[in-house]
Amino acid sequence: MKKPASNQLSLATTPILGQPPRERMLLTATREIEEGMTVNLGIGLPTRLVNYLDPGLSVCLHSENGITGVGPGLDFDQADRNLIDAGGAYVSTLPGAAFFDSAVSFAIVRAGRLDLTVLGAFEVAMNGDLANWMVPGVFAAGVGGGMELAQKARRVVILMTHRDRRGKSKIVRECSLPITAAACVHRIYTDMAVIDVAEQGLILRMIAEGITVDEVIEATAAPLQIPDKSLPIF
Amino acid sequence: MRVKTDTIESAIVKISDGDTIMVGGFGVPGTPFCLLDELVRQGQKHLTLIKNDANEVGMGVDRLLQNGQIDKLVVSHIGLNANATKLMNEGRVSVELCPQGILAERIRCAGAGLFGFLTDIGIDTILAKDKLRMEVDGRNLLLEKPLKADFALLHAYNADPLGNLVYAAAAQNFSPLMAMAANKVIVEVEHLLASGDLQPETIHTPSPFVDVLVKLPVLTAQYGILRHGR
Repeated sequence: MKKPASNQLSLATTPILGQPPRERMLLTATREIEEGMTVNLGIGLPTRLVNYLDPGLSVCLHSENGITGVGPGLDFDQADRNLIDAGGAYVSTLPGAAFFDSAVSFAIVRAGRLDLTVLGAFEVAMNGDLANWMVPGVFAAGVGGGMELAQKARRVVILMTHRDRRGKSKIVRECSLPITAAACVHRIYTDMAVIDVAEQGLILRMIAEGITVDEVIEATAAPLQIPDKSLPIF
Repeated sequence: MRVKTDTIESAIVKISDGDTIMVGGFGVPGTPFCLLDELVRQGQKHLTLIKNDANEVGMGVDRLLQNGQIDKLVVSHIGLNANATKLMNEGRVSVELCPQGILAERIRCAGAGLFGFLTDIGIDTILAKDKLRMEVDGRNLLLEKPLKADFALLHAYNADPLGNLVYAAAAQNFSPLMAMAANKVIVEVEHLLASGDLQPETIHTPSPFVDVLVKLPVLTAQYGILRHGR
C-alpha cells in the first residue's frame, strides 16, 4: 500500500567521514529529504535534521500543531510567542508558510500528503513494527501525533541509537513494548548502520566509519541480511 | 446584533461542578491562561477537561490539577507536565489518551453534529482495546465517538464585539474545532476591534459559535516566551 519514495544510497562524501558518529548519522539521513517533499520531523533528534539541510533545497516542513513551511529554530530574543513547533521549540516560517487548525493538520497526514516522516524509536521490529511512545510503568504520557505519522506518512524513516543506554539492541525480532504502528518502518538510521526493512527482512545498506559488519550483527537482536558487495561507509 | 462582551468573573461563574470543559491551546500558544486562572479562583470541582496537553508545571491546566479541580483529562499527551503524569500514575486523575489527530477529529465530529466516524488509526495498538470494531467494504476499522463539552475556553488574538475570531500563528490549533463542539463558548481576547474592522475572509471562527468575550486588559507573563530549552 505504501509507496516508498525513491532514495539513492550513494557513497559518503568526504565532509561526512571523520565527524562524530551522531553527526555522520544525521548528515547521512538528510539524503532522505529531497527537493519538493512535504516532510514531518519528529520531536528530538529528527528535528535537528533541519540544521543539516542544504539551504537551497526547497522542502515543506509540516508541524502537527498546524504549520506548513516551518523554518529554522529561533533564539528566545527573536521568538514569536505564538509560533512554536510540535516539540515546543520556537521556530520561524519560510515564505509560503501556512497556519491551520489541528483537524486540517492531521488531514494532511491521513490523506497521504506527507512524503516522509523521520521519527525516533525505542524499538523497531524486523517486520517494521515501531514502538516509540510508551514504556509501561516508566513513560506513558501519550502518543501525540505519533500513530498518525507512523501509519500514514508515505515513507517512515527511523533515526535512533543502535542500542539503548544499557547496551541492548533497539532492533528486535518482535517489539516488547506497546507499538505505535504495525509494519510501518521503511529504513533505520543508527550510529552504526543504515538498515532497510524489506519484505524479506532486514537488509544492511550502509555501515558507519570504523564499525565492522560483525559488530553490527552483534549489536542487532534480529536476523540481518548482508549484501555480497562492499557496503558504503558513512 | 448582540454584543457579547462580559467580565471574566461573570463569564466563568456559569461553569458548574461536574462540567466538561474544552480548553484551546497547544503548549502556550492558544491557551486561555486568564480564563483558567479565574476558574482556579472560583474553584469549581469534578471537572472533565479536554485539551491537547496539560501545559507545563505551574501553568494553565496544571493550576487546576494542583487545586484538585479535575477528575478526568482527555488529551493527546501530558509529557511536558510531570505533575499530571504523577497524578495519573497515582490514580488521582483519570486520563484518556487519544492520538492527536483523532482527538481533533472527535471534537470536530461533535461540532459538525455527527455521531462518530470510522478510522484505522491506532488499530494495531493498545489504544484500540476498548473501541468498537466494524468491517466496512472489507476493511477492519475502529469507531471513534464524538467529544462534546458544556464549555469551551479559548484565546483569540483579534475579535469583534459580535464574536468573530482570529487566532495568531500556531495559536489556532484546537480552538476553531472546540468553538463548534461546546454548548457555551467563552473567549478571552487580546484585541477587541470594532464591528467591520475584521476582514470577513480572514475570520477563523464565525460569530454564531461564540457566546461570551472577555477582553484581556494585559497579557501576563504566562503568555510570553518560555525561556527554557526543549
